[in-house]
Amino acid sequence: MGLFGINWYRYAAPQAFYPLAGKMIPWFAAIAVTLGISGLYISLCIAPTDFQQGEVYRIIFVHVPAAWMSMFIYLVMAGWAGIGLALNARLSFMMAQALAPTGAMFTLLALVTGSLWGRPTWGTWWVWDARLTSELILLFLYIGFMALQSAIEDPRRADRAGAVLALVGVVNVPIIYFSVEWWNTLHQGASIGLTRAPAMAAPMLWGVLLMALAFWAYTIVVALMRVRCVIAERAREAHWLNEMREST
Amino acid sequence: MKARHKRLAFIAVGLIALGVATALVLDAFRSNLVFFYTPTQVANGEAPQGGRFRIGGLVEPGSLKRAANSLEVRFVVTDTAKRVEVVYSGVLPDLFKEGGGTVVQGRLAADGSFHADQVLAKHDENYMPPEAAEALKQARRVQTTVEVE
Repeated sequence: MGLFGINWYRYAAPQAFYPLAGKMIPWFAAIAVTLGISGLYISLCIAPTDFQQGEVYRIIFVHVPAAWMSMFIYLVMAGWAGIGLALNARLSFMMAQALAPTGAMFTLLALVTGSLWGRPTWGTWWVWDARLTSELILLFLYIGFMALQSAIEDPRRADRAGAVLALVGVVNVPIIYFSVEWWNTLHQGASIGLTRAPAMAAPMLWGVLLMALAFWAYTIVVALMRVRCVIAERAREAHWLNEMREST
Repeated sequence: MKARHKRLAFIAVGLIALGVATALVLDAFRSNLVFFYTPTQVANGEAPQGGRFRIGGLVEPGSLKRAANSLEVRFVVTDTAKRVEVVYSGVLPDLFKEGGGTVVQGRLAADGSFHADQVLAKHDENYMPPEAAEALKQARRVQTTVEVE
């Protein structure tokens, strides 16, 4: 027995987690929609025009949360992979597998919105500076993880190989985050950090934070949906899944 | 020690070793990873000679000159210590302005001026409404007058 009188270890078993994930999905979906709508409203209607960039800066409300998520999801994915390796937990590997496509999607979104933003402000779609290049490497890491996992037939071996790749790739995340401080880059420094006051007006900050939280909730929803698919796919022959199907 | 503790320790040691290796490699690459050189570095001869490279700094206020009937512009990039004169022919990005940040790519000519084939605007990480920017400017002006007095 653990916290709140619930035996949390029970949910490490895929057949116990499968229905729990199903119950959690609608809640997080509702949170994602609510936060997304309020975030977009603040971003597009309330936040003031920027003093030097004008309206074009509004792409920040997608770009920055997407870039945060791309790094954060990678850390979570690598965390699950590490737990999976250490504890030999099947569900952990499945969580890592379920997070990868969403992480790749946010990385691509950050790169594309950054490119669209760079053209009018910097005057170029792309430069090989440290921030942009390391974010591109992150996209390749996600794609490599997915490719490696699907290339190996045996799920146990695929999980392990993918987990090692995910863990090795972790070194890239601090490089992305600190690249703008360590080297001369075209990309500007962070506007929002944990150690100092944010360098933006309050409504702009709220827009960014709400959008980031909406992306979080969205990530949880799709990761849970995907992990249910992974569980179902791997338990094709298992008894419990068919019983659950028949009872619903 | 249980098997899973052993695996956990193995992963931790592996990650630390990888982190140290990466840190050493990045430190060795440090000088090659710069996106641009500052005018001071150029004056000290640290920039690659003869090849294409980038210079970053501020556009010196009052230095921007446009040619009468071509796209050619001349301006000075400064890091407040040293200055480099830049010649460029093309369209400048929207955020390019005197006193603002810029990164120019091109070659040093024999006369010491820099012939750019690409000019990028570098902006800072501050976002605020125009009224706030105006208020900040006012506050700074007051501060400097107080200091002068």
